[in-house]
Amino acid sequence: MKKILSILCVISLFFTLFACVSSESDKLESPIYTGEKLSGTLRICNLGEYISVGIDRETVDIIKLFEEETGIDVIYTTVDNNESMYAKLTSGTVNYDVIITSDYMIERLIAENHLASFDAASLSNYGNIADRFKNLEYDPTNSYSAPYFWGTVGIIYNTKYVTAEEAKSWNVLWDQKYRGKVLMYDNPRDAFAVAQKLLGYSINTTDETEIRASADKLKKGNFIYVADQIFAKIPAENAYLGVCYAGDYLTMLADNEDLAFSIPAEGTNVFTDAMCITAKSSCKELAQFFINYMLDAQIGKINAEYVGYATPNTASMALLDESITSNTAIYPDNVDEMVANKNWERMFHLPTATIRLMSELLTEVRSK
Amino acid sequence: MRSRQPLIPYLIWMVIFVIVPLGFVVYYTFTNENGSFTFENFQYVGKYASTYVYSLRLALVATLICLLMAYPFAMILSRSHAKVQTMMMLLIMIPMWINFIIRINAIAFVLEENGIINKAITVLGGKPLKLIHTDFAVVLGMVYNYFPFMLLPIYTVMAKIDKSLYEASADLGGNGWQTLRRVTLPLSIPGVITGITMVFVPAASTNIIAGYLGHTKMIGDIIETTFKTEVNYNVGSTLSLVLMLIILIAMVVMNHFDQDKDGAMLL
Amino acid sequence: MKKHLSGAYVAFVFILLYLPILVFIFFSFNAGTSGGKFTGFSLRWYEMLFQDRALLGAFFNTLLIALAASVMATVLGTMAALGIFNLKRKTKSIVLNVSNLPILNPEIVTGISLMLLFAFVFIKVFHLNFGFVTVLLAHILFNTPYVILNVLPKLRQFNMSLYEAAQDLGCKPRRAFFRTVIPEIAPGIFAGFLMAFTFSLDDFIITFFTNGDLETLPTYIYTHIGKGKTTLEFNALSAILFLIVMSLLVFSNLIGRNKNSVEKY
Repeated sequence: MKKILSILCVISLFFTLFACVSSESDKLESPIYTGEKLSGTLRICNLGEYISVGIDRETVDIIKLFEEETGIDVIYTTVDNNESMYAKLTSGTVNYDVIITSDYMIERLIAENHLASFDAASLSNYGNIADRFKNLEYDPTNSYSAPYFWGTVGIIYNTKYVTAEEAKSWNVLWDQKYRGKVLMYDNPRDAFAVAQKLLGYSINTTDETEIRASADKLKKGNFIYVADQIFAKIPAENAYLGVCYAGDYLTMLADNEDLAFSIPAEGTNVFTDAMCITAKSSCKELAQFFINYMLDAQIGKINAEYVGYATPNTASMALLDESITSNTAIYPDNVDEMVANKNWERMFHLPTATIRLMSELLTEVRSK
Repeated sequence: MRSRQPLIPYLIWMVIFVIVPLGFVVYYTFTNENGSFTFENFQYVGKYASTYVYSLRLALVATLICLLMAYPFAMILSRSHAKVQTMMMLLIMIPMWINFIIRINAIAFVLEENGIINKAITVLGGKPLKLIHTDFAVVLGMVYNYFPFMLLPIYTVMAKIDKSLYEASADLGGNGWQTLRRVTLPLSIPGVITGITMVFVPAASTNIIAGYLGHTKMIGDIIETTFKTEVNYNVGSTLSLVLMLIILIAMVVMNHFDQDKDGAMLL
Repeated sequence: MKKHLSGAYVAFVFILLYLPILVFIFFSFNAGTSGGKFTGFSLRWYEMLFQDRALLGAFFNTLLIALAASVMATVLGTMAALGIFNLKRKTKSIVLNVSNLPILNPEIVTGISLMLLFAFVFIKVFHLNFGFVTVLLAHILFNTPYVILNVLPKLRQFNMSLYEAAQDLGCKPRRAFFRTVIPEIAPGIFAGFLMAFTFSLDDFIITFFTNGDLETLPTYIYTHIGKGKTTLEFNALSAILFLIVMSLLVFSNLIGRNKNSVEKY
């Protein structure tokens, strides 16, 4: 028994040694922060896999870099989706300082006084953000957030089986030809958005008749409701069609070059994820400092390269490779137009009664 | 040895950590959003009645399969060399130390349209089968995940059955089957009951397997959604309370098969 | 013939159990990111693993909590089983039913109700933060019933006359207890410990609601599979874990061969 324990200790020591090898700042061309070292601890909560980390010793671990350059300690935790983050934040059992979450959730947190206000425009790097991401409905005065990533939802399809023409409409998901090979998002708002766009409704409707009609439409589909399984199924051709976020399309494309992405003509959801400071944070200054750091052009570029989603940071876009910024799946060139004519909609926070109705209806759809 | 004192620490513990949280559940079940007493949450039970039936049915099938598979395995194991027994027990447990998600993804890969089984079938010239997103896949997932918890209790009890009883049975003219029926089976019942409890209960309330391997929501999924997405503690608690009661009743029924009323298990 | 049949059956079960393990180890060497399509051989996930302080930290938290919780649960549960064993029938059923409640409850209910309870006690009353202690307590809670369920059948099997005989031979009650009872119920204790350890290693929901900032392996993995980029890193970690455990098993068996071991019966 003693022998086994001592072996375990040696192995764990081994592991920890290995984990402390490389330095992140060496990977940069020029440092981001050269001021004197600060002190303090920052608690950050983000969605999973949504920040650049070190793979293959080439990509930069941004959090590690931040800690190295500034001397601030970061406790970085992740959640699987916005609802979990909301649950944790409002339970009073965690002390996040910075959270990164989606537009509709930010809207809700502002309304319920869970976020601290700060003057985003006063941050030195805020000018890097494109104007179209400022003064949005969820934070009209830019007093609660700074944009992080944005994107659209669309159809990922396998060109060996589905034509580009077919993928121009959400209807292709209901095509009997592909029954059992179509993936749909297993969460109420994303699933309903598809049906709502197809039926011509707003994705923010609270009208019960419209919601029920959308549920009926979903019932007629023969979908497999997934969350992360899409990454195993689509590249392996166990499914030919799926609803996915633009950035995730790139991830899957790397494993299967037959894949393509299309934003259907009926319209879709366009989202913005942003960084916020919690109302209960005890180091709001450090939090602002971190947010400003993340708005740096180089950081934005590194992050965009790794995560694959579209960056709202024009200075970062200038640094990115042409091949990335010219990819219209990720950086569509008609955003303003599509948003203006309400073809692409942003998600707003809906009343609890509506959310519950949608969730219950989706459960019905999924329990047949 | 005879004293009940060792129970005291756990008794205190139970009151705080078992009864108090249960109190929350009961409270939420019988109240609505505003805190007033109501029975309205129970209408959701009726709404999801078919899901309850579905989940319990699959859990039952999985439990039965686990039992049928584990029992002979336990018999073989209990008659092996001592050193082999411990090692085998550990070998059976080790797959359970690998993270659940990774295991499930691996099972999915085996069952997929282009997965291992279907690839083998197509190579041999047959047509691929639809194995994943079926009841079969869900039961398979359950059996895979809970088999060790059926095996372990049965084995630990069987290992201590006095071997001379087998000899006595043989001396009295009993063949293999009779020995099994009259000696092994009755003496192993306590372990079997523990095993059934440890498989049936989590299987009935599981909430991830259906998402990866199934085609329809199980009651565990619905309870999770109610808490997480809808943040409806009232309905969620009600659904859980009813599930608990159903399982409790099932356990009571099962314990009637435990002849020795000096019950080691539930009432 | 019977021996061959038994051997074949055992082998069959082991193949079924270990086939998925082979699959995930295979994918830990995937050059791509998908858990469904193998695009080439690469060690990139292992490289990434060794740099990943956060993941390794979560892994150690998990190990530590699992060990501590299962040991404590085993002690608490064994004592409880002894006490319960001596209860009158009616009280025994009531106590047992209550004790089994954590098993009967869907995990999310246990998780949320514990969160509410802890939020009240820890935060409001004691002004402490969620973290290691809250997770540990939660784990002990759901582990102990499993220990009890494993130890009780062994107590039923135990022949009281052994205990009495030891005392007749001059042992004080305490000594007699440790010399006769414990060795006999030891397999149940060990099985209970094993189960507790296994449950703690893989628990997500209850840990998620009681961990605050503290990441464990399950919470880390569940929250990191959403965008499919680094899923296979966890395959690499699991593969290494598997390798270490198997080596320990083989190793301890080789040591054991040299010792003089008394047969179990």
